[in-house]
Parts: sequence; C-alpha cells; structure tokens
Amino acid sequence: MTAVITVPSSLNDLSFEQVLDQMAEQPTDARVIVDARHCTFASPYGLTALLTLAQTRTAKPTLLPPEDQDKSSYWARVGFFAHAEDLYDIQGAVPRQRAPKESGYLLEITPIVKSDDVHTVVERIRDKATEILTEKLHLVSRATMGFTMTLSEACQNIVEHAGRGGWLAVQVYKYRERLHGRLAVVIAVCDAGVGFRRSLESSPRRPLTDRWDDRIALEAAVINGVSRFPEAGRGQGLKGIRGYVHRWEGKLSVRSGTARVAVVPKWDDDLALRENLAPFPGAQLQITIPEKVA
Amino acid sequence: MMRIDVGAVLRHSANHPYANLVTRTTGAAVRKCIEEEIAAVASGTVVTLDFTHIVMMDYSCADEVVAQLLLDLERRGDDASSLVFHGITDAHLEAIEDVAVHHGLALVVHFADGAARLVGSVSDDERTVWQCVHARGPAAAEEVARDVARDAADVLLVLQALYTRRLLRRDGFTYAPIGVVA
Repeated sequence: MTAVITVPSSLNDLSFEQVLDQMAEQPTDARVIVDARHCTFASPYGLTALLTLAQTRTAKPTLLPPEDQDKSSYWARVGFFAHAEDLYDIQGAVPRQRAPKESGYLLEITPIVKSDDVHTVVERIRDKATEILTEKLHLVSRATMGFTMTLSEACQNIVEHAGRGGWLAVQVYKYRERLHGRLAVVIAVCDAGVGFRRSLESSPRRPLTDRWDDRIALEAAVINGVSRFPEAGRGQGLKGIRGYVHRWEGKLSVRSGTARVAVVPKWDDDLALRENLAPFPGAQLQITIPEKVA
Repeated sequence: MMRIDVGAVLRHSANHPYANLVTRTTGAAVRKCIEEEIAAVASGTVVTLDFTHIVMMDYSCADEVVAQLLLDLERRGDDASSLVFHGITDAHLEAIEDVAVHHGLALVVHFADGAARLVGSVSDDERTVWQCVHARGPAAAEEVARDVARDAADVLLVLQALYTRRLLRRDGFTYAPIGVVA
C-alpha cells in the first residue's frame, strides 16, 4: 500500500516535523506520495529538507507539486524541481526553472558535495550578501564578512561530516509575525548523512557520559564545540557560527536524528531543546539574521 | 626577511582564481605550500605572510593556516623562523583572533594602513611592553621600563617572554619589533 504524506500549507523548520511524523510510520522502502498540492509557503529549510527527505528513501517517492501555479513557479525559480527530478517521481507538469530574479533568494537551492562547492558558493554570494546585509538589513560591513564565514562553516559540516551531499539555500524575506515585518536573511543547510551522534560516536573527544543520544551529541557539538577529529583546533566552525548568531541577535537551530537544539534570541519563543522527535538522518541547520533596527 | 603572497599560494594550490580562503581542505593545501617555502629559508628568518589579496578567511582556514603554522614554529623551538601577518583586514581578524585565543597563541599583524597589533592570547603586561617597543623601536629593558614606568627586572622577563614567543626580535641587549614593513 502506498502512504500519502501531506505537506502542510506553510512549510518551515517547525512544520516540517509534521512531515517527519507521518514518514516515521513508513519503512524506508515503502512507497510514499509526498503531497504538496496545498502548500502555499515553503521556507528555504522546508524546500531543502524535502529534497533531503527523498534522499533517505530507498524507494523513489512520488511528489505532487503545489497546485497553485504561482507557488509552483516559485519552487521552480529557486531550483527545487531541477534537483527534485532526480529524487522524486514528480506527477504532472512543473514549470521550468527561469532566472531567479524575483525569488528573494540570495542563493537558490544549491547542492553541496565537495570542498570546491563551498568555494563556489562563497565566491558567488559574497558581493550580493554584502549589498543586502548592509543596505537592506542595515548591518555594519563587519557583519557581512561574518555572514560569509558562517555560510562557509555551515556548508563544510556537510563536506567534512555528513558522508554524503546536502543542500544549501539562502533567502531574504519579511518576518511578519516574529519580527513585525522586519527583513531577515535565512540560511538553510540540510543533509541526510550520518548525523552528529554517529559522527561523534567514535571520537576520543566525545563526552564521557552514560547517556549517549542525539541530544547529547548535538549539545556537545553545537554548544561545546566538540568535533569527531582529535586535533585541538577542530570544532571551531559551529562555535564560530554560534558566536556570529549571538552577536547579530540571530537564531540558530540544528536538528539531527531525534533532537533539535536552538540558540533562541529575544524576538523568538522557540524551545532551546526538543527531544524525541521523529527520526530523520543527517543534520539540518537553519540560521536567521534579522534586520537591525535603530 | 621573506615575503609570501598568500593570495598567490591560494590560486596556485586550488588551481582556481579564488580570493576567499575557505574550507579546511584548501587551508591545509595552502599551509603545506607555505611550509615548503619556509623550510627553504635560513633559521631565524622573519617570514611575512601577505594576506593583501585574500578577501575573507573562515575559522577552518584560520586554524589550518595561521594557528597550525604558529604551532609548528613553537614545536620547532629556538632556531625557527618568525611569522608576521601583513595586509590583515577586519575580514580576517575575527577568525584569526578566535583561533589564536583557542590555542593560546599570539601573533603580530600588520594592517593595510601600516598599523600593527598584537593579536591573540597575551597578558596586559605583554601588550603594554610590546606596544612600547613597537612605538619606540629597538630598546634595552631599562629604556622600556622607564617608558612604561615599571621595574626593569619585571620588564626584562616580559621582553624575554615576547622574544621566546617570536613576537619581538633580540639583538644583544636590545629588543626590537619584528617584520616592520617599509
């Protein structure tokens, strides 16, 4: 029997959990239909996580794209369908990808597999990021360098630790509720690799504790800068990301396995820790840097 | 004195016209090239690493290039070369400071406008004495002690510590800034 997984109308990092809750009941080789027909909003996290989701399945899932032509066109513009074609059996015609002029995306959905991909992304995004962060988000120029560093380190986690390729997308949009209409730049980096627990499992720097699960592994890596590598200089990337996010009053969330930790700013009311979530391989990271107000 | 253009090393080792020093793989490749160049010079040489053509550097590269080179010199002991980091901007400084503090290292950086700064893990006394020597030029411990209004014996210990960490050079009884770029 084929299971239908319903994509919520608004797909973001939190509502994606509804997708995973439904998927948790399905063995990886079960046939599933991912029904996004009624999805009217998808964040960079939502779209990259949908691609990641398909990577976790041994049987190619079927995708029903948004019925609304505007939404479907938008997904095409940001490169979703171009990548989804290899991962999903897409039912029905979808628009072709065109130049992403009006998508609001600083960087359309981009596969990250090797070190060179990180270089390419950094070289591509730097000037545009500088312009948007200084002119639209009113951040000082120092923040733009930190932004590119943050992006680089976030992508390197895939290259160094995931064991398989992942996805990156960067978008600027208005946060109507949380930030009262302020702009924010959002980085989403998702992979379906080994995840933090397995990555750290054999590390000599792993915390000595009776309890070893996704939550402990996430806290060790994200909060305490523990890396699977024994060298003292490792693990600085996530620590640097956390510092950058804190400095510019941003938000960081990292999900891996069955847990999710978040560095939550004053403007948000997310939980710092979520446990016992539906299992999802790899690591999924989201960074939000808000517009600065006087 | 020897000068290494880190931008040129990056382009050569990556085989691409990259201007940003990012990813640990690239950092390790760049460091290996620099190590080969340093190995070819006489011990005690001041090597200037010129970052003028590096737009941005991430934490991983700061660790691979800056910290690992300094740690290697520390391991090699007294006869090793000294490193000075030239052409540093705000786009490099954050990552450099973070990794230096993490490893308990200190380094001398020269900004594009010619200003120099001691960066990383240093005590207040070390910073004060280093700034004094940098401002006045070669000086004996007694002269520095007068300038900073401290006991000469105490200042001598600090000067010696800065010399051992390759943050100053020593010529007989005088201590001088390293890698002053004309």
